[in-house]
Amino acid sequence: MSLISGKKTIVIGDRDGVPGPAIEDCVKAAGADVVYSSTECFV
Amino acid sequence: MNSVIKAASYVLMHTPDMIIHNGSTPATERIVAPDSEFLKKLPASIRSYDDVLAYAPNQTYIGNMTPAELGKIEQPWYDKKIDAKREGKFGEIMPEDEFILLMQICDVFDLVLLDKDFVAATKDKFAAGPAVTPEMAARVKEGHDAADIAKLVEKEHSEGLYFNGKLIGAVKRAHDIDINLSAHVIHENLVSKAGSVLALRHLVQNAGIDASEIQYVIDCSEEACGDVNQRGGGNFAKAAAEIAGLSNATGEDVRGFCAAPAHAMITAAALVKSGAYDCVAVTAGGATAKLGMNSKDHIKKGMPTLEDVLGGFAVLVVANDGVNPEINLNIVGRHTVGSGSSPQAVTSALVSNALEQNGLKITDIDKYAAEMQNPDLTKPAGAGDVPLANYKMIGALAVTRGEMEKPALATFPAERGMVGWAPTQGHIPSGVPYIGFCREEILAGKVKTAMIIGKGSLFLGRMTNLFDGVSFVIQANSGDSGASAVGEAEVKKLIAQAMKDFAMSLMGQEEK
Repeated sequence: MSLISGKKTIVIGDRDGVPGPAIEDCVKAAGADVVYSSTECFV
Repeated sequence: MNSVIKAASYVLMHTPDMIIHNGSTPATERIVAPDSEFLKKLPASIRSYDDVLAYAPNQTYIGNMTPAELGKIEQPWYDKKIDAKREGKFGEIMPEDEFILLMQICDVFDLVLLDKDFVAATKDKFAAGPAVTPEMAARVKEGHDAADIAKLVEKEHSEGLYFNGKLIGAVKRAHDIDINLSAHVIHENLVSKAGSVLALRHLVQNAGIDASEIQYVIDCSEEACGDVNQRGGGNFAKAAAEIAGLSNATGEDVRGFCAAPAHAMITAAALVKSGAYDCVAVTAGGATAKLGMNSKDHIKKGMPTLEDVLGGFAVLVVANDGVNPEINLNIVGRHTVGSGSSPQAVTSALVSNALEQNGLKITDIDKYAAEMQNPDLTKPAGAGDVPLANYKMIGALAVTRGEMEKPALATFPAERGMVGWAPTQGHIPSGVPYIGFCREEILAGKVKTAMIIGKGSLFLGRMTNLFDGVSFVIQANSGDSGASAVGEAEVKKLIAQAMKDFAMSLMGQEEK
């Protein structure tokens, strides 16, 4: 049972860090529900 | 036969008034919080032209110092001044007044109207610029009354042009209804076109060729031109070629966000290698929207607004001359639809997969140029040191693959990479700022191979959630220009002719 299991999550990824879809896969695997996910570009 | 890189040019245009009036961050703030502290502090945070010249990353961009020399200066760089020069071996840093005249000569539909006093005060200075030809100077139009300019901006939906905070011109809309031809879009597109023209002129000078030798131009900027029936119809490339005097060129636009320059370089190399063209220029102007993009964070931290220049570059790709560095199209990395988005998947797709297919390791490449954003601009905004992050990832992948010992990871960024020096102008920093230095270092024998990596944020266009990227390798010339092959053909032709003549002479003897 992870810390985020069963929680609703908002994912904001970074193009040059860890992008949204990659974080999304991780939090889903940890049992969380992704309600919003996007990747931002800061450059 | 691989194509080669004959020359490169890099230009910056200092446009302080455009930060305030055309940068997307200040423009958005004016809508959502017109009385904000940020907007009040912005004008005083903007640097002078002299300060922009004395900024070490800018001098690196135009070639007056190398990335290695820049790396020796302790960061941050914005509080240290160096020898300020307008011109460098790759190009120049153009001041705003001259750039506005450059925009005017790039306008062929009488959409840019300038104040008559401003034109009179600037036109000689513009004509004396290092890359302005007499033909370009002759295109400067006389100015208009200040009252007419003000009326266009206040009542007729025109975009204002400012110099030293004063309204000195207007860009008119090109259609009453079509938003694709609004004054805002025309302004943005003319800025991009003008930067490309300046880069192309410096490219012609740097290459030592006649402008008519360029057969094809590929524009890889981030703007779109067209009308209501074809929003992104194009073609910036041919439009810029016209003003730059490339009379024998046609061209096309290649788009892909920040990855576009790398895509364009691969396209140019392929066109030349295929024999379709012998001489192709890849070019791009800058993006007004990105001026002052991170200025809120810069101002919050008591720094000047550092995103105060537009960027431009051009690279000349020609048939193999046996001397200049080659573009090796056997090693092309690409992030595909199925590559995945984790940092490891992205780096594998762009770097190690292509190398592995050619029997090479990550450590077989001397230098990597991924995203060369200036960390002075990105670190205060929370985006970190982007080039360094890329080098750490490439190095970590080399360790994971067993191609490098873990302790070597600490020195990998310095040995195989470099500090970033390019402005955050989207496509401008994406791998290509190193091509000019790369060509020189390969010619000097200091570097044998370099990988240029372009990455693009496709998701910003809301057509896909995917990211994109491609890479290619530049290597020392093998020395085989194909001249011997031509020689061999010539020899065969001569032998055939000689045998024919001999046969004819025998026939002639028999007849006798």
